[in-house]
Amino acid sequence: MTQLERQGWDVVVVGAGGAGLRAAIEAREQGARTAVICKSLFGKAHTVMAEGGIAASMGNVNSGDNWQVHFRDTLRGGKFLNQWRMAELHAREAPDRVWELETWGALFDRTPDGKISQRNFGGHEYPRLAHVGDRTGLELIRTLQQKIVSLQQEDFHEFGDYEARLKVFQECTVTRVLKTVSDSGSAAGEDRVAGTFCYERESGRFFVLEAPAVVLATGGIGKSFKVTSNSWEYTGDGHALALLAGAPLLNMEFVQFHPTGMVWPPSVKGILVTESVRGDGGVLRNSDGKRFMFDYIPDIFKEKYAQTEEEGDRWYEDPDNNRRPPELLPRDEVARAINSEVKAGRGSPHGGVFLDVSTRMPAETIRRRLPSMYHQFKELADVDITAEAMEVGPTCHYVMGGVAVDSDTAATRDVPGLYAAGEVAGGMHGSNRLGGNSLSDLLVFGRRAGLHAAQYAIAAGEGTARPRPDSAQVDAAAAEALRPFSAEGPEPGEPDGRPPENPYTLHQELQQTMNDLVGIIRRAPEMEQALEKLAGLRVRAQRAGVEGHRQFNPGWHLALDLRNMLLVSECVARAALERTESRGGHTREDCPAMEREWRRVNLLCRLTDVSGGLAPAGPPQGLIALARETTEPIRPDLLGLFEKEELVKYLAEEELHG
Amino acid sequence: MSSYTAAFRVWRGDADGGALEDFAVEVNEGEVVLDIIHRLQATQASDLAVRWNCKAGKCGSCSAEINGRPRLLCMTRMSVFSPEETITVTPLRAFPVVRDLVTDVSFNYTKAREVPAFVPPPGVAAGDYRMQQIDVERPQEFRKCIECFLCQDTCHVVRDHEENKAAFAGPRFLMRIAELDMHPLDAAAGAGLDRRKTAQDEHGLGYCNITKCCTEVCPENIKITDNALIPLKERAADRKYDPLVWLGDKIFRRSE
Amino acid sequence: MATGTEPQPRTGAQGVHDASRAAIAPRHLRTDRWWLAPAATAAGLLAFIVYSTWRAFANADYYAAPYVSPFYSPCLAENCVPMKGGPNWEIFGSWWGLSPALLILIFPLGFRLTCYYYRKAYYRGFWASPPACAVAEPHRTYSGETRFPLILQNIHRYFFYAAVPVAGILTYDTVLAFRDETYAWGHMGLGTIVFLVNIVLIWAYTFSCHSCRHIVGGRLRHFSKHPVRYRLWGWVGRLNARHMQLAWASLISVALADFYVYLVASGAFDDPRLF
Repeated sequence: MTQLERQGWDVVVVGAGGAGLRAAIEAREQGARTAVICKSLFGKAHTVMAEGGIAASMGNVNSGDNWQVHFRDTLRGGKFLNQWRMAELHAREAPDRVWELETWGALFDRTPDGKISQRNFGGHEYPRLAHVGDRTGLELIRTLQQKIVSLQQEDFHEFGDYEARLKVFQECTVTRVLKTVSDSGSAAGEDRVAGTFCYERESGRFFVLEAPAVVLATGGIGKSFKVTSNSWEYTGDGHALALLAGAPLLNMEFVQFHPTGMVWPPSVKGILVTESVRGDGGVLRNSDGKRFMFDYIPDIFKEKYAQTEEEGDRWYEDPDNNRRPPELLPRDEVARAINSEVKAGRGSPHGGVFLDVSTRMPAETIRRRLPSMYHQFKELADVDITAEAMEVGPTCHYVMGGVAVDSDTAATRDVPGLYAAGEVAGGMHGSNRLGGNSLSDLLVFGRRAGLHAAQYAIAAGEGTARPRPDSAQVDAAAAEALRPFSAEGPEPGEPDGRPPENPYTLHQELQQTMNDLVGIIRRAPEMEQALEKLAGLRVRAQRAGVEGHRQFNPGWHLALDLRNMLLVSECVARAALERTESRGGHTREDCPAMEREWRRVNLLCRLTDVSGGLAPAGPPQGLIALARETTEPIRPDLLGLFEKEELVKYLAEEELHG
Repeated sequence: MSSYTAAFRVWRGDADGGALEDFAVEVNEGEVVLDIIHRLQATQASDLAVRWNCKAGKCGSCSAEINGRPRLLCMTRMSVFSPEETITVTPLRAFPVVRDLVTDVSFNYTKAREVPAFVPPPGVAAGDYRMQQIDVERPQEFRKCIECFLCQDTCHVVRDHEENKAAFAGPRFLMRIAELDMHPLDAAAGAGLDRRKTAQDEHGLGYCNITKCCTEVCPENIKITDNALIPLKERAADRKYDPLVWLGDKIFRRSE
Repeated sequence: MATGTEPQPRTGAQGVHDASRAAIAPRHLRTDRWWLAPAATAAGLLAFIVYSTWRAFANADYYAAPYVSPFYSPCLAENCVPMKGGPNWEIFGSWWGLSPALLILIFPLGFRLTCYYYRKAYYRGFWASPPACAVAEPHRTYSGETRFPLILQNIHRYFFYAAVPVAGILTYDTVLAFRDETYAWGHMGLGTIVFLVNIVLIWAYTFSCHSCRHIVGGRLRHFSKHPVRYRLWGWVGRLNARHMQLAWASLISVALADFYVYLVASGAFDDPRLF
């Protein structure tokens, strides 16, 4: 096993979405030799799915906008749980990150005076989202991809080799972050990052990238849930790699569910149905044809929402003299209502509810106002939304929690040389993310991660000063990756011949468990049940077996990804059980109120056994230990951006006076 | 719900050989071909190799050929076939096969590197870029490209003639040159790079005989031939075959 | 695994049968009637070629006052039938003994031969290069329009320049068609309508040309600095989207206009006079 191919780099970036590519560009421009490694082809990352835009307070459309307003909006959206320094850096630096994209060839939609146009979005006080129609994510990815190519062209002119200083390893997976050999005396947690263990999906060949700095930019965890808007890549790889390397995860209970994802037909289950369908007059009905949202207006919103269908309908034409219809309640309220209707047996045939515009507007108007939705349903689902209702239900969309990082440097805790940026990093969005803030997050913290990783790597020196991966870890990683091929072998203490588990079946059961028991509305007994089921699945996953060989074998890839999904799912379930309040993307039916005391509490997940060896059977009690941590007080000048009346809703008494 | 069993023929094999393999597989209402391939993976052939990602026609990963036509697996609904029909799925036939439905598309990444990047206008700081919407709309159409490489696959210049791959960039990357040449602020000319001339001399624009298959397969409905390739041919003709335009440019030092 | 997994000897194979590609024996797997479009195109073009060759060499029955066949207009030789007020310009002297149609038809022929649509049509229909999308072509080598003679397709714009005055003359002929057979103005016959339809289609086809689109505005980088040309480019673009339909419609209409003149001139048919 030790004669694996090994390559030396300065910085290894895991993931080639917006954050990963931005990190790689920065690291290379800092002079670090940089490798990017991604599971898909270069340029296919999930970032392409982002539609809305990039939030940046450039003030091109409304000159009243500035970073302070953006910061304020972000904290409100996150219910003040955000790592405030991240939110500050994000709001301050986002405009520069957008403008720099233009110098790399991006073509945003324009204002009449030729600047970048900006659009309104939920939670943003001013028009703020730089966009290109409804394909902003694609523009972002393509621009970064083409910038990488242009850097490679520079290297080609200088060295005669496109990949001299920046190389993309596409269709490769990282299964372990490797660290240095433990000195006999030191604790395992003090070891430094030394590289990554990888395999090529095409050939199944293992290889090791040695590097003093590794940036995790692997995105989210949506594939642990049955209904999700996320792609197959979102198996929580970066989260798991960080955990296994000894770095903690932060606030994993905060998962954003979008209330209206497609549920039917199966091919498009989970894909988003934009909020503007409801904003333009779409209504939610149950199987009895009833507009049920009127039954779900919470007392605190009674004043602000229409009580009758007639009034709600008048709002679309005359919003000043009427109250808005309850279909436009906050996302969690709508999602909860849909959930209740389905559970009461009044759902649509495929487990959602009906979202109808066809009886509300003439077909021509629908096509004009909702062209992308019209085409999405027409082309993907063969459903004509001008003639029939859509079936929708909540869909797992984004994880606010993630690897705990230093706000300024994106460095993870406890593991020198390990960095994280983008959706995989936690803290920036608090308990709930605003639309448009994810793309700007990728750029701002992608760059910071690349910058600091490069500086760290260059400071690590050359030659013998470089950290060397522990060869025992390399061997263990190789054995772990090969296990699915020998899963049918006898178990200890068992007669041989036990059939291996089908990874696809395990994955489906995991998704069902998370969807049903740790989904959008959570209850303590259900989450306890989920933890039991997860423990059972973890034991079975040790025997996930596959046929065939290592060459482009999707069953094998899934068997390996299961480890990550199970670890991350346990984090979500444990943290969700621990936090006995409802806030943002975490809704507890048994603890429905937002508690000011909880605002100061971060929940950190760590592996119980940091030495990293996942025992074949795994301890049945679970692998994750939770720790509470009190957050750093918000800097007074930033608090000063808010009115006192607003702060008292979120902050505890002593924080206000402290 | 209306379910039926469909007859599928899927090419399985690798660079050393392979064959179409027959499957009988369940099909449910509302499914697309990629769903059926996934069902085959989950129930009958766990190691069936297929590339996919977003499953919504936005990433361009799941390119293959269905009944002989280059298509995205996720954007081909089963309802377009009759239940009796045998559906044949093969890998892209213009690129080297890796395994099953997965091909080696590195040709495209090689070609992408050969197109010189956007040249930022000297002296214009980030944040000071000013462009009019009507000027960016043309290149924006080409930036809708999701790089599924179906146009590269269907183009007979390389599909039917392996030997042309060295000289021909393919529709996707000729379109990229057109995009850059139409970019309102690209300063390549000032840096001594004539994109129009090099399109012809270095990227094989002349191989294109505008038979429009690239436009036919484009899942983004980009008018590749009419809006990118033919305008690029005309621009190359300005430089290379039109002495009047050439002379005018020389005399008036026009950059248009 | 099904049968046939052993590698087939594929030496000398090319294109989709290249050794690196997936081993699939048929040159295509299309199940639709892909051959229909190229076959119909080839048949349509062949029919026109046969008809126009006959008419161009016929040197007869091309003038029936007040109508002149578009194949013979303008008439540039001494041997032309004199047409009162019509397009007689004896640029070529008495030495020209062949049909005068041959002198002028070169221009519309060249325009259509180098047209981006017709190129697609005959490359597919006659050359099978390719016969249809994703159907392997039968040729061993392919160099496209990179060398002589096909590199000459790049001079399409000059034929466009030439096609504009030719269309102008056909417009003049159409105006002349508002006379009766005694050359009195203010009359219309069925032939006038045929000529009107034809000239509209000829102009629409001419302006929908890709070279035209390039010349009026496509070659600009900053539309915002040339608002008039931008608007023209937009109009031409809309026509250009129908270039194929216009190519066929005008091809048929020009043949019909000629055939109408032939019928009237040969006495087979009497032009019905409307007023």
